[in-house]
Amino acid sequence: MTAIAARRYPVMTRAMEPELSSLEKRLLNEYQKGFPLTETPYADIARELGTSEALVLEILKKLKDRGYISRVGPVFKPRKVGTSTLAAMAIPEDRLRQVAGIISSYKEVNHNYEREHAFNLWFVVTARDAEHLRRVLKDMEERTGLPIMDLPLEQQFHIDLGFPLWC
Amino acid sequence: MVLNDTEQQLIGLIQSGLPLCSRPWAEIGQQLNLAESEVLQQVRSLQERGLIKRFGLVVRHHELGYTANAMVVWDVPDDQVRQVGEALGRHDCVTLCYQRPRRLPQWPYNLFCMIHGKDRERVLETIDELVEAEGLQDIAHEVLFSGERFKQRGAKYL
Repeated sequence: MTAIAARRYPVMTRAMEPELSSLEKRLLNEYQKGFPLTETPYADIARELGTSEALVLEILKKLKDRGYISRVGPVFKPRKVGTSTLAAMAIPEDRLRQVAGIISSYKEVNHNYEREHAFNLWFVVTARDAEHLRRVLKDMEERTGLPIMDLPLEQQFHIDLGFPLWC
Repeated sequence: MVLNDTEQQLIGLIQSGLPLCSRPWAEIGQQLNLAESEVLQQVRSLQERGLIKRFGLVVRHHELGYTANAMVVWDVPDDQVRQVGEALGRHDCVTLCYQRPRRLPQWPYNLFCMIHGKDRERVLETIDELVEAEGLQDIAHEVLFSGERFKQRGAKYL
């Protein structure tokens, strides 16, 4: 692997924390799981929280508009619906943005992050089946001229039940 | 896992999020030409069969102030990986814990976990606490903090 020049990373100062009402916090913390699968889920949540359906809908729209939630929806168990892999590349610093742009342009890519390591680009590729996934990775290698380290999931030890906020 | 056509279409519609309206499943049903009750029945079935592991708000850590996002990778002897993985996964601030293959010689790590925190000092403290609590002093690990996010959205499988 080619040596990659050390790069100075900015030290992140204390995060900007959004101002949220107690109702917003309760929605965020209590409905990452246990969302009612009923005809009127938002009205049912409103009843549980002692508020109105209109306010629950308004808050959820606001949380979505501000990017605090990506959606109200399902999280699928890996390898049950379609297939996916975590992939990494070691990219010369001066090509990082260009290569990241190519990787992000694939509709099969959801997360694509820089990480502080010689393997400096990490992304998740999802596809309908293994054959399609393999083709995408090969195409990426051809377009970027760089090898991809493919790290498929072997075992999951933690059931994703959401993330306790303000812990 | 074999999905029938209706299930595939349903997943295609809900993977990007349930509509924010009074009767969201009726709206989905209209697009699939299915009754509201049938749509709900299908979704419950997907959940009961374990394809959907949770349903609800999918939060974005970074926007909520959890900007120190670390992937911690460990080189655990193969015969201990399940035990260590399950132990790490029980800690509240570990959001994901996976075994993945090593790719020697450049990548010796076989266990991955994610830790989200409000600043990197706190995350590093958390990792020290994990090492201490689970007796992982002899297990090599590296911490890969995230830098720039080039793309982030929910997975689209279909």
